[in-house]
Amino acid sequence: MKKIIFALGFVIAIAGAGLMLFVHGAKYLSVNIALVMLGAALMRQSAYFADTLFHNASPQTFYPTAGKMIPWFAWLAVIMAAYGLYISFAIAPTDFQQGEAYRIIFVHVPAAWMSMVIYLAMAFWAAVGLALNSRLSAMMAQALAPTGAIFTFLALVTGSLWGKPMWGTYWVWDARLTSELILLFLYLGFIALQASIDDPRKADRAGALLAIVGTVMVPIIYGSVKWWNTLHQGSSINMGAAPKMASTMFEAMILMALAFWMYTIAVALMRVRCIMLERERHANWVKSIGSEGKP
Amino acid sequence: MQWQSWQAFFNMGGYAFFVWTSFGLTALCVIWEVIALRSRNKEALRLTHLLAQDAFDFSQE
Repeated sequence: MKKIIFALGFVIAIAGAGLMLFVHGAKYLSVNIALVMLGAALMRQSAYFADTLFHNASPQTFYPTAGKMIPWFAWLAVIMAAYGLYISFAIAPTDFQQGEAYRIIFVHVPAAWMSMVIYLAMAFWAAVGLALNSRLSAMMAQALAPTGAIFTFLALVTGSLWGKPMWGTYWVWDARLTSELILLFLYLGFIALQASIDDPRKADRAGALLAIVGTVMVPIIYGSVKWWNTLHQGSSINMGAAPKMASTMFEAMILMALAFWMYTIAVALMRVRCIMLERERHANWVKSIGSEGKP
Repeated sequence: MQWQSWQAFFNMGGYAFFVWTSFGLTALCVIWEVIALRSRNKEALRLTHLLAQDAFDFSQE
């Protein structure tokens, strides 16, 4: 049953992304995005989420499941990035104010979104690990942190590469940029804190507290362009309002964001498998993996 | 299609440095992360394998 739901999710997600390529226009956009989101949600719901959070919350059962899911999410990421890059460079028109430089938006905005989404996911798993004392949840949080840090770094760097031609400077200490920089430090702090404590279960608890407290930064980053006067332009997309950009630009941005999202899931699963092997090296289930087949 | 020629495409309306550095750096980070994880996985599996062999040898004695 899980497999059927998973395959159905994959087909729906691909169909949604495929429709975006052929049926342009704002009218169909929300339907297409809804399809992709629904598909991805089904894929996650089928095994990943259910296994981790509910019945099979053990590394032993999750290790093979995660291994099977990686190629699916990796292929989704590749396909969506290919679509997204095609629309970004071949279809989306030149911006009337910013010329071609605006195309940085297609990596900048998805990276910035992912930096916040991954943080929330990381804090969620850390909190679950703290509350239920389940080691797999803590490992999930640990697996998400480096990818989140990379996307935060990319959001900052691509942002400053966009700022230079548009604002005339690589960096200003305004609310949006500063709060995003603090998010990077939170990720790095989380990684460093966990690495500095020898006992992994203690490291999990300390890291979880930092992650949960740091969650306060996410709404601050999100709201910073509204609450304070900043050089940063307002958000490209507002809930409940029509996008203030050409629909092809919007499509490319959403596709790139979805590609990053799928990539994040694939990479986090790869990393959580490594962490499981490293941390549970002396458990019998890891030994039985070691004794079968070649390394 | 937006572009008159490949030349124009690579030039990005004069913003080539900013646009291509952004996309290039993103690609580099992604590729680096995947390669790093693959080698980490390989190393973890290698150690697991070694440890399992040790355990096996130990139990034989």
